[in-house]
Amino acid sequence: MGTHLLVDFGSTYTKLTAVDLEREALIGTSKAMTTVKTDVLEGFEHALSKLKAAHPDMPDITAVSACSSAAGGLKMAAIGLVEELTVEAAKRACLGAGALVEQVYSHHLSKKEIKALKQADIDIVLLAGGTDGGNKECIIHNAKKLRDAALGVPIIVAGNKDAADEIEEIFDDSSQEYYLVENVMPKLKQLNVKEAKEVIRQIFITKIIEAKGIKKAERITGSIIMPTPEAVLLAAELLAKGYEDEEGFGELMLVDVGGATTDVHTIGKGFPKRSEVVLKGLQEPFAKRTVEGDLGMRYSANALLSLVSPFEFKRYYEYDNANIEASAKKRHDNIDYLPDTEEEKAFDEALARICCDYSVSRHVGHVEVVYTPLGNMYYQTGKDLTDLKYVIGTGGVLINNEHAKEILKEVNQKSDKKLELRPTDPVVLIDRKYILAAMGLFGQKHPKMALKLMKEHLV
Amino acid sequence: MKTVVIGVIGADVHAVGNKIIEHVLTEHGFNVVNIGVLSSQEDFIHAAIETNAEAMLVSSLYGHGEIDCKYMRENCDEAGLDKIKLYVGGNIVVGKQDFKEVEQRFKKMGFDRVYPPGTDIEDAVKHLREDIGE
Repeated sequence: MGTHLLVDFGSTYTKLTAVDLEREALIGTSKAMTTVKTDVLEGFEHALSKLKAAHPDMPDITAVSACSSAAGGLKMAAIGLVEELTVEAAKRACLGAGALVEQVYSHHLSKKEIKALKQADIDIVLLAGGTDGGNKECIIHNAKKLRDAALGVPIIVAGNKDAADEIEEIFDDSSQEYYLVENVMPKLKQLNVKEAKEVIRQIFITKIIEAKGIKKAERITGSIIMPTPEAVLLAAELLAKGYEDEEGFGELMLVDVGGATTDVHTIGKGFPKRSEVVLKGLQEPFAKRTVEGDLGMRYSANALLSLVSPFEFKRYYEYDNANIEASAKKRHDNIDYLPDTEEEKAFDEALARICCDYSVSRHVGHVEVVYTPLGNMYYQTGKDLTDLKYVIGTGGVLINNEHAKEILKEVNQKSDKKLELRPTDPVVLIDRKYILAAMGLFGQKHPKMALKLMKEHLV
Repeated sequence: MKTVVIGVIGADVHAVGNKIIEHVLTEHGFNVVNIGVLSSQEDFIHAAIETNAEAMLVSSLYGHGEIDCKYMRENCDEAGLDKIKLYVGGNIVVGKQDFKEVEQRFKKMGFDRVYPPGTDIEDAVKHLREDIGE
């Protein structure tokens, strides 16, 4: 049976998690700096030797699975027609596949936008637009523009199927690499991201890994099968749904507070809970991920501060005469910074609280009151998460923080945010051993064991 | 197959007529995109853009239609839907008013067809065929 080794080539650290397949138990974890610039295997070997030193009687490694977010992760551009519809559907496909959506465009691409796309550091473009049988003029225009731009990255076409033949002709005349998949919004407001997500993952495995200098690792780890954020989302989904007779947690939320971004994942339908509520907008994905690029503990500390006024910041931070801007800048300029004083620790906690609070505000659904002759009705846009049972915290800051559970309570309903459909009083668990991404990977082969391990180690 | 967007505008929850319109237009071979009750002008416009609709049929039964439909033509023009046909019907104004006047007002607002209460939907089907074809 032996040991199944799970590897996460992260942007800063290469993290290893070892599972004893026979005992169905977690052996341990280790990490070392990711070494993309020289040989990515150096960091891996370093972490492995640490792991072996800490667990000398670890059984032989019989299987390895790996994911990666090294060298900036998977960066995508999402293009659609109407911002609230196909643009949003395209974004959700990218996010669900574990990508960072760096560029977003609606309607007809202009010269200026093409220029920005050329300059941006993008790995894949997702091109949508029009329902099946709907508008095809816009997506054809954009396909031509993209062909002429010769971005040198793959384009996934996931728009109106009526435009497929013409788009094929447009790209077949050039050297543009492209993939035609099902429309991300085949009918109005209907979300269909499965095939687009699968193709994103295929391109990631076959092309992106090589471009990022991680291909070498495959000699030892086998195929790097997905971006790390997708592994986390899959772990959350497994944990929510359960597997065979091993029960899951039901609807849940997972908040990952990182240095540059805060990711929120929720698993659940989030339908309206009352009859006078009318659901508006694009259909929500059952497993939903949002990424906030301006909410983070280090690289995004400055951006975060620009969102909150000093007065608001004080609500999260009790120290009086601190120079807030300098403290934020220190973190932005030095992403490895670790707080050493009580004041600095409290500052980190304040940042983490804001990350949790604001990222959840943007993730959850909202209601809006409509006064009709038949009485008050409500529009709901997004997911109703008020009955959510569990909230799980992960990410470097939270898992090592003694007040992690308190910090995560920021996701709860607030008196000044009454119209946000936030969780009411969920059970808070912390991914103390930092195993969620690993369990998402492990769950691909051993779902039941991965589920049991998560239930055991989330505390 | 021609695509049309239908829906009930404003804070209006009258769902029955909406379903009947969907049924009849579908029977007559139209691709009907029904955005349902409590729909805003933006909902109509966004739906029409993505689905490449050639007409919008706006229903209103609660009397506030005139306010809800204000600047709808201008907003369509702004969104690039300058060729779209706009139909409106139901109890579209407050109280009992002379329909001739009401029709003129809505036509002035940019609506192509205006229907009084009690109109047979088949009439709209006939007009759709004249205006946008089969």
